Amino acid sequence: MVNSSVENIDVRPVNKKENRALFEKREKIQPKKARGNFRRLKWIIMGVTLAIYYITPWIRWDRGESGPDQAVLVDLARERFYFFFIELWPQEVYYITGLLILAAISLFLVTSLFGRAWCGYSCPQTVWTDLFIFVERMVEGDRNARLKLDKAPTSVSKFGKRLLKHSIWIVIGVLTGGAWVFYFADAPTLLRELFTFEAPVIAYSSVAVLTATTYVFGGLMREQVCTYMCPWPRIQGAMVDEDTLTVTYHSARGEPRGPHKKGESWTDRGHCIDCNQCVAVCPMGIDIRDGLQLECITCALCIDACNDVMDKIDLPRGLIGYDTHAGQFDSNPERKLDIRFIRPRTIAYGLILALVGAVMLFTLLNRSVLDVNVIRDRNPLFVTLSDGSIRNGYTVKILNKIHETRQFQIEVVGLKNAQAWIESGPPIGLPMIVTVPADALSSYKLFISAPAQNLPGKTSDIDVVVTDFKSNERDIQETSFKGPEK
Amino acid sequence: MSDKVEKDEVSGTDTTGHEWDGIKELDTPMPRWWLWTMYGTIIWAIGYWIVMPAWPLISSHTAGFLGYSSRGSLEQELADATAAHAEDRNALVTMELSAVKNNSQLYQFALRGGKSAFAVNCSQCHGSGAQGAPGFPNLNDDDWLWGGDVDAIYETIKYGIRSDHDDTRIGEMPAFLTDEMLTKEQINDAAEYILSLSEKREDMAAVDRGQDVFMENCAACHGDKAKGGRDFGAPNLTDAIWFYGKDKDVILRTISRGRNNVMPAWVDRLDDATIRQLALYVHSLGGGE
Ligand code: SF4
Ligand code: SF4
Repeated sequence: MVNSSVENIDVRPVNKKENRALFEKREKIQPKKARGNFRRLKWIIMGVTLAIYYITPWIRWDRGESGPDQAVLVDLARERFYFFFIELWPQEVYYITGLLILAAISLFLVTSLFGRAWCGYSCPQTVWTDLFIFVERMVEGDRNARLKLDKAPTSVSKFGKRLLKHSIWIVIGVLTGGAWVFYFADAPTLLRELFTFEAPVIAYSSVAVLTATTYVFGGLMREQVCTYMCPWPRIQGAMVDEDTLTVTYHSARGEPRGPHKKGESWTDRGHCIDCNQCVAVCPMGIDIRDGLQLECITCALCIDACNDVMDKIDLPRGLIGYDTHAGQFDSNPERKLDIRFIRPRTIAYGLILALVGAVMLFTLLNRSVLDVNVIRDRNPLFVTLSDGSIRNGYTVKILNKIHETRQFQIEVVGLKNAQAWIESGPPIGLPMIVTVPADALSSYKLFISAPAQNLPGKTSDIDVVVTDFKSNERDIQETSFKGPEK
Repeated sequence: MSDKVEKDEVSGTDTTGHEWDGIKELDTPMPRWWLWTMYGTIIWAIGYWIVMPAWPLISSHTAGFLGYSSRGSLEQELADATAAHAEDRNALVTMELSAVKNNSQLYQFALRGGKSAFAVNCSQCHGSGAQGAPGFPNLNDDDWLWGGDVDAIYETIKYGIRSDHDDTRIGEMPAFLTDEMLTKEQINDAAEYILSLSEKREDMAAVDRGQDVFMENCAACHGDKAKGGRDFGAPNLTDAIWFYGKDKDVILRTISRGRNNVMPAWVDRLDDATIRQLALYVHSLGGGE
């Protein structure tokens, strides 16, 4: 008699390489519910990540009169990105590059330490698929019930269950897309507008597109996104080495596998009783006993499933567990994990991470709140005035990056007897003082004229100096003054 | 070809009955998604013929139910843009030109509009940077033939100079040689005198003779001191700016044959708001008075 406490499941790892023809209709995977520590951890991470996603746009942040009070906001219309105390202008997108580098290297570091932890626990595709499977289980029951339902003839109750399931999925999709758009506009206002049909078309279409992708990716395509669409499974191979912790089937301990009857001896055989529980829970439709494979997202649910089995047949847990490559070949059930966290690879990743982080922090802390651009007129290069002197024209752009109106003085240094004035400013001779509104860019037409005999040559170097009246913050821009051939 | 369709053993697909050297061609059907896409495009095309302009006729084309045309949509866009600016344009038309500068938002609007109107209408003669060319004034400098305050510029643009408009301003540079008012020698003397106003000349006798010629014939318009006269659009002959170039040959030619260039009147071609934008823009180029 087969060990009565463990059910032997008739399941085929549909996504197993040998079982997968190049052109074959997808066979739907019906993962069984797993119970255990990793399942619990995954519920918690799902809760936390979803909470971050849904709550973030609603956090308020005081930025004074002229700034939005939303902590995280991508303001496309006004071309600003707000993130708590950070505020970025379009010309500072390199911070985003820095952020992306940080994210990529962190991912590399985590992957080299813990394998595809990102995939298994926090990737949106995983989190939402998990949520969708949860809904499916709630409505249609666990694996066996779902299989039966699939085979059952069309009936009102089957149709009702299907309808309910897909409706909930679509609601989740709408909520997903709905939360996304709040990152791009004032959340409370947009929420009201969404319901009163006053929101911009782009908001509705974004919600619609994201609803569709959420529904299709989480409900219909699921593991296919990871297996066929996502580049990450391919890249991970370069980050994983023999010291990386991954979900591992201890084959030396488990093999030779085979059904086991209660009371039978464990000598001359492996600990795997071939119950297929690990295959049944796998959302990717593979068999972990084939070893580390591209399709495995290391969700660790097979660990939970097998530990459950080991408990029932009174063997030590961990036939499937987090282990390094070497673990496969160690038949000792009490095997001690010897993890080398510090390796050349992790040191390199860590250094890059620290370096990029430090550079970003430095530039962020020293981010100037004044930016000046001086653009010389090129057409015409210079103008001869009636008294024979030479005039050049410039466009001076002043970016005031704080939420306060500021006054600046513009000065020109480096030309003898030069006169400078602003087209729309005070009359010639008076100091050039301009007022730039809070959080804004102002543009001024600057003219400089100098007697031709004072010019050293065709081109003279000059400085345009912009000084904040109050704080004395100063920005010096080098430019040139052009005249006729001497 | 045989009448009975033969099936391929391996794939279970029909064969076409063609056979070359023992190789038989399979009659694999089109993938269904492909077929449906094709049917879909056919249906789409039929719908397109009905609602959009599609078929050429002898002198026109089928218009389609939606009545779309790219020319129409451009006109609509232009009308929308003008309508969107209606408020600013009205304000421009009703306001004193010299006061516009105090309203920075309106002023910016005027400068931008003026810049693009300039590129379309004026740059052909005055250059894209308004830098001018011989015979076409540089609008960046501070030398103005007919006045350089914004109202004077406005009037110049509106009615033109020597244009066919009734209100145009006219000044004439006569052809002293062609019309036999002066001899070649007199003209040479006058040119010497004019050049002596801004640089050293060698032939002082000619300069002296030229001064007399100038006083008799030129001073009426250009002024006793040759500083020019805006009533006639007569240029200042003492400054560093030369309308046609500071070259004796050019000056001789100007006096001998006269110069009467034309600035068209824009009042019938552009609306008042645009002319005002142009005036403000030209005034802002650095030489405005
Ligand atoms: S590895 Fe564990 S869960 Fe999988 S078949 Fe063997 S005993 Fe069962
Ligand atoms: S093999 Fe195990 S860890 Fe990998 S995806 Fe399947 S259940 Fe998750």
